[in-house]
Amino acid sequence: MSDMSLHETVAESTYEAQMGDYFALMKPRVMSLVVFTALVGLIVAPVGVHPFIGFVAILCIAVGAGASGSLNMWWDADIDARMRRTAKRPIPDGRVKPGEALGLGLALSGFSVVLLALATNFVAAGLLAFTIFFYAVVYSMWLKRATPQNIVIGGAAGSFPPMIGWAVATGGVSIESVLMFGLIFMWTPPHFWALALFVKTDYGDAGVPMLTETHGRRSTRNHVLAYCVPLVAVAVALGFTSIGGWVYLSVAAVFNAWFLKGCYDIWRRNEDQAEADKYKVEIKTFKVSLYYLFAHFGALLIESALRSGGL
Amino acid sequence: MALRVEHELHQRRKGRNTGVGLLLLGFLAIVFGLTVVKVLQLGDARQFETFDHVARPQIIPQDEAQTGGAD
Repeated sequence: MSDMSLHETVAESTYEAQMGDYFALMKPRVMSLVVFTALVGLIVAPVGVHPFIGFVAILCIAVGAGASGSLNMWWDADIDARMRRTAKRPIPDGRVKPGEALGLGLALSGFSVVLLALATNFVAAGLLAFTIFFYAVVYSMWLKRATPQNIVIGGAAGSFPPMIGWAVATGGVSIESVLMFGLIFMWTPPHFWALALFVKTDYGDAGVPMLTETHGRRSTRNHVLAYCVPLVAVAVALGFTSIGGWVYLSVAAVFNAWFLKGCYDIWRRNEDQAEADKYKVEIKTFKVSLYYLFAHFGALLIESALRSGGL
Repeated sequence: MALRVEHELHQRRKGRNTGVGLLLLGFLAIVFGLTVVKVLQLGDARQFETFDHVARPQIIPQDEAQTGGAD
């Protein structure tokens, strides 16, 4: 070992992880989507919740999501180190030790589930516990490296927050919360695969079986359309439940037609056409998918406000 | 001579310690807030005094106390 490498090793070992490094373990961008959808689930529920209890419940759901993100980073540190997009995450970058991420994930999991149970009810806390288990164990440890359908299954973990928000208010599960779950669950695959078509990833080098690499880009295009059709059915069905209405159905009609057209265009094209216009259709459809989810949950909020106003 | 010993570790961990302190204060606020809300949601705060099943004459309604109880 040279003097220089010794010096670097010592310098690395004295780095103290800061709060920001631990916060980065919790995947803050994922947490923001979780907070939004959980909040909608809570607000549109027919039972009122005290604002402070609602705040604590959303905080618990966000912390639970962060805990599962931390556990995911602990387990996937080897994959993250091999991919450009994730190489700067706190563990592969050497800012946080794997054991710290594991400890943080476990502690926050326990904290969020117990506090949610005490503040609200056992159904909501049980769903949160299951979500953390599903993301950390079923998705991260088991299926992510085993099947190209990993993104479909992993999407289920991201679909639970509105169901938990609903359970916080009502203490149970109903058709409305199941359909909100279904909306995110069916939306995730076409959203993600549209992205996978125009972003060059190095999942293959890291040993993660992504559909674009295991089954090819033609098959991925087929899958985008195949998942979009049932998504439309779920989205429209939600409009005929007690939390839907004309505003929601109008928004759903516009955005489902828009997104379905995008998915159809992706399916119709081949790689030569996509290369020729630099994946213009795929990029546009990915952006539409972002508006799509926000518009649907936003419309549910408007419906709730209209009902509260007696309209 | 002052007994204060300032190690460079204190400076290095200042941000982290401040963060942990703020998180603990936040936790305290949450527990306090939840306690207040939960007690207020009982409607009649006197219910809270019955948690240990010990009779407290001062919380028995006036008319019940005069007639010797509800039964």
